[in-house]
Amino acid sequence: MAISTKGQTGLTGNTAIAYAMKQINPDVCPAYPITPSTAIIEDFSSYVADGAVDTELITVESEHSAMSACIGAAAAGARVMTATSAQGLALMWEMLYIASGMRFPIVIANVNRALSAPINIHCDHSDSMGARDSGWVQLYSETVQEAYDNFIQAVRIAENEKVLLPVMVCFDGFITSHAIENISLLDDAEVREFIGEYKPRHHLLDTDNPVTYGAMTLQDTYIEFKRQQSQAMSRAKDVVTEVGREFAGKFGRDYGLMETYRLDDAEAAIVILNSAAGTTKVAADELRKQGKKVGVLRPRLFRPFPFKEMADALKNVKAVAVLDRADSMNGFGGPLFNEVRSALYELDTRPRVISRIYGLGGRDYKVKDAASVFDELLKISSTGKVETLQKYITL
Amino acid sequence: MSTAAPEKKEKVVQPFDYNKYLRPNKLPHIWCPGCGHGIVLKALLRAIDKAGLQKDNIVMVSGIGCSSRTPGYVDFNTMHTLHGRALPFATGIKFARPDLKVIVITGDGDALAIGGNHFIHACRRNIDMTVLVYTNATYGMTGGQYSPTSPVGSTATTSRYGNIEPPFDTCEMAKASGATFVARGTAYHAIELEKTIYDSLTHRGMAVVDIIDACPTYFGRMNKFKSATQMMEVIEKENTVNIKQADKLPPEKLQGKMLRGILHKVEKPEYCQQYEEHVIKKATSKE
Ligand SMILES: Cc1ncc(C[n+]2csc(CCOP(=O)(O)OP(=O)(O)O)c2C)c(N)n1
Ligand code: SF4
Ligand SMILES: [Mg+2]
Repeated sequence: MAISTKGQTGLTGNTAIAYAMKQINPDVCPAYPITPSTAIIEDFSSYVADGAVDTELITVESEHSAMSACIGAAAAGARVMTATSAQGLALMWEMLYIASGMRFPIVIANVNRALSAPINIHCDHSDSMGARDSGWVQLYSETVQEAYDNFIQAVRIAENEKVLLPVMVCFDGFITSHAIENISLLDDAEVREFIGEYKPRHHLLDTDNPVTYGAMTLQDTYIEFKRQQSQAMSRAKDVVTEVGREFAGKFGRDYGLMETYRLDDAEAAIVILNSAAGTTKVAADELRKQGKKVGVLRPRLFRPFPFKEMADALKNVKAVAVLDRADSMNGFGGPLFNEVRSALYELDTRPRVISRIYGLGGRDYKVKDAASVFDELLKISSTGKVETLQKYITL
Repeated sequence: MSTAAPEKKEKVVQPFDYNKYLRPNKLPHIWCPGCGHGIVLKALLRAIDKAGLQKDNIVMVSGIGCSSRTPGYVDFNTMHTLHGRALPFATGIKFARPDLKVIVITGDGDALAIGGNHFIHACRRNIDMTVLVYTNATYGMTGGQYSPTSPVGSTATTSRYGNIEPPFDTCEMAKASGATFVARGTAYHAIELEKTIYDSLTHRGMAVVDIIDACPTYFGRMNKFKSATQMMEVIEKENTVNIKQADKLPPEKLQGKMLRGILHKVEKPEYCQQYEEHVIKKATSKE
């Protein structure tokens, strides 16, 4: 498969991630297939078979084993990555906490898909949202281009000495993973120079400096380990910004911690992750033409959550709807809603904030859906009254 | 007593009414043309009919995979669970309702890769259920990765230069793990398969039937088979021997062939019954 890095190249999200993996040339990639992420490893296995990478591809018997093998390889000092979705990520659960607790800079592409039951293979964010407290840095991507760029940046973020945490790059199943988009690719040399060589400070194969991982810590030290992990997670925010700036400086694409769209003078704003932000921006453009002051905020970094920046971005907005493609099942809106609303608490004058759950299991989210949320928000902003704090839309 | 020979009645063969057991509104099914899974389903429905099982007394449980889509199409109590986990779900059902007939539909990947641990333990406990393992030597549903039954040297998206992992012999593993009924059939030998499944349904204890069938879409194309029928002839017909004929054949004719028919059948205490006798009765007599 000859892919050109000159000009624009039409690639699906999965092919682009596989290509990024080829360019990164990790040491080890343990993998187990699951829709809609399967094609990443399928393409990557061609690179392995063609001798285009030095990676050892370990095709294990489940995701439980895949993440365990990632951790084993990372402990041995390898640069490690894999891809998964939905039940695959769910089956990795136990190990997600091991990876972050042992501070291994593993990178995974999570192609967002709804969790069972009932079974569904289409997009929502219940998989990665369920993993939001597992100690992984989470980056979300609107487009194929951003998924590709995030994946390359993820290596630098994860391996940064101030962070040393695993990173999950999320993008929408089928919508972004399977649709073809024209994107700009970096040259192999540019990628390799940007990520640099991985030199782990400690690893098990360094027999002159023996270390142990995961040893028993009881009441005496466990909490200190967790505090260190938590501090590393807090530091990750600035590292994401720094790495993003360097990337923008070199390659011209700047993402920041979040994207704000027509937000400066907006009265009403929708906060929304991943591909549906595109649809929302189209709706915002249409309403702007009618003179309605609406804007969009699309978080890129979800873990750690940029609380201050979020509050700052929304402080002048009167009414905000946070649209979640996952439900926290807490009786109080989706996971993104809870974070955003909490972030706004510190403000002296707070916008009204409502929760709308949309698009579960791949249900279409259309421009008209976004437009009707904007209309509702404009009503809230003029009356100051919230009629329905939380509800499902796109039903 | 009349000595006259009974009049020879002309045998009228009624076509089997599959619809009796299907959910017509869930059809057409997802299986590709030439896929063996549909042939196996038909054999299973005929065996269920022959065994006189009542639809409402059957619980069919599956994992995830093309094979595991089966319960969606049949009008029993059905449960489509998680990849690899059909057996523990089924164990829970059987434990709660030992009176129900539990049939597990699982693929070779589902049963032996991601769910391998559950497979050996369900066999070891000898819990009363019938487990049909659809062995097509691939992960069909996810596009043709090699599975734990793919032959050494076979091509898959994950083994471009030929598989280097030796496969499991599902029947040997079931037997060694403690299953009390172990058999093999193929989609090619559809009538024989019906009989084998019937025998598995009437056994009390863990009954495993390894069913060799073909995935022409992935295994077939990647391994240069010309057609689904050619796959059936090579893999299912030529590559297997019925255990009853095996005794009569010289060893060289058995080389590399898989045996069909009932390969192992013993009577041993069944798990739910053991639990009833050794736990429930003892615990309740202590009052
Ligand atoms: C935890 C988890 N990992 C991966 C998958 C993706 N997946 C679905 S079916 C399947 C393989 C199915 O193979 P097999 O059981 O042999 O059934 P077949 O499709 O060949 O009939 C896989 C890997 C999943 N559903 N859940
Ligand atoms: S992919 Fe293979 S196993 Fe699945 S339905 Fe098609 S032929 Fe059957
Ligand atoms: Mg299979």
